[in-house]
Amino acid sequence: MTEVDVRGLSCPMPVIKTKQALDSVESGDEVLVILNDATARDNVTRLAKSKKCTISEEVREDEYHLTLTKG
Amino acid sequence: MCGLPLVEDPNIIIGMESGDDAGVYRLSDELAIIQTVDYITPIVDDPYTFGQIAAANALSDVYAMGGRPVTALNIVCFPISKQHVAVLQDILRGGLEKLREAGVALLGGHSVEDEELKFGLAVTGVVHPAMIVARDTPQLGDKLILTKPIGTGIVTTALKGGVAELADLETVYLSMSTLNKQASELMVESGCHACTDVTGFGLLGHACGMIEDSGFGMEVFLSAIQLFSGTTEYAGMGLVPAGARRNRDFRRHQVEAACELSDEMWDVLFDPQTSGGLLIAIPPENAGAFLATLHGNGVADAAVIGEVVAEPKGRILVKE
Repeated sequence: MTEVDVRGLSCPMPVIKTKQALDSVESGDEVLVILNDATARDNVTRLAKSKKCTISEEVREDEYHLTLTKG
Repeated sequence: MCGLPLVEDPNIIIGMESGDDAGVYRLSDELAIIQTVDYITPIVDDPYTFGQIAAANALSDVYAMGGRPVTALNIVCFPISKQHVAVLQDILRGGLEKLREAGVALLGGHSVEDEELKFGLAVTGVVHPAMIVARDTPQLGDKLILTKPIGTGIVTTALKGGVAELADLETVYLSMSTLNKQASELMVESGCHACTDVTGFGLLGHACGMIEDSGFGMEVFLSAIQLFSGTTEYAGMGLVPAGARRNRDFRRHQVEAACELSDEMWDVLFDPQTSGGLLIAIPPENAGAFLATLHGNGVADAAVIGEVVAEPKGRILVKE
């Protein structure tokens, strides 16, 4: 699984790095995105939905772990 | 500046307390100077275009006050050890050509070495004290005219994300490098009551600033607001600058929605603009002719986007 750690990055970098990761994998592959900002989580979720990914979210203390399965 | 004691001077017409687009200082009964400063980091790849946009952006605050810019000073922060000086020359050339177009004399400037490139101008303008157009003086019944579309922050973010269409970018570049000069001159002739330029706080952010202490409210019509091509698509992909959420969080309590507003559309309405249009409050009996005059003089995207109403005081109601 491809892992993208965007903790501490300001928008739009979390979305840009996630998009780069999604563009580099095949349909059905998973990308794990690790975030620590709610706005970044919202924007990455929006990107994932626009790319027809399925999204599984785990909230751990101050972090969001989004597992995106490319559509 | 909170808590810092300001220097008092009876000749200050518009000062720091107003939070207006620029400061205005009386020199005589017929003459006041306008001062403003603005500089930005690159939002486009081409240095010359960046210079043009930064210059238009800095001059805009003088136009928003109904004034005429006359002189400017360059402000340059450049990583000279990492980038070739030719890049800086192109930026300066772009800025200088825009000043030439505006009839503004460049008197000098200041540069420092900085890892992050920045460019802009300190601008001095002139205005008759009786003709100053403030930000917070709209009147009940005024129509609100916006002279440029919105979405520059989102489209240039899409550029960073590598997804922006070239046609969308070129339209935004042209708009950002267009002076608000014509619109400003025409609004003064048409007897406008208030004006602000739409920049870093986004359309609704600047509209809130116009209405909050006016004693009136504002209705904004979503369907009348023009968006740059690609804006809603890129916002739908999460390609939204950080400033949009900050703007929204700061002013959200002042805005009500009377229609369905998606999360993306909230971002669009608070999208920070670079070198955006003028938001002008014009008496309703003058609005139609003013709009026609704008269209006939090259301000083709000007549109009525709302009006000043009695309620909700100090707040904005977004309608379909």
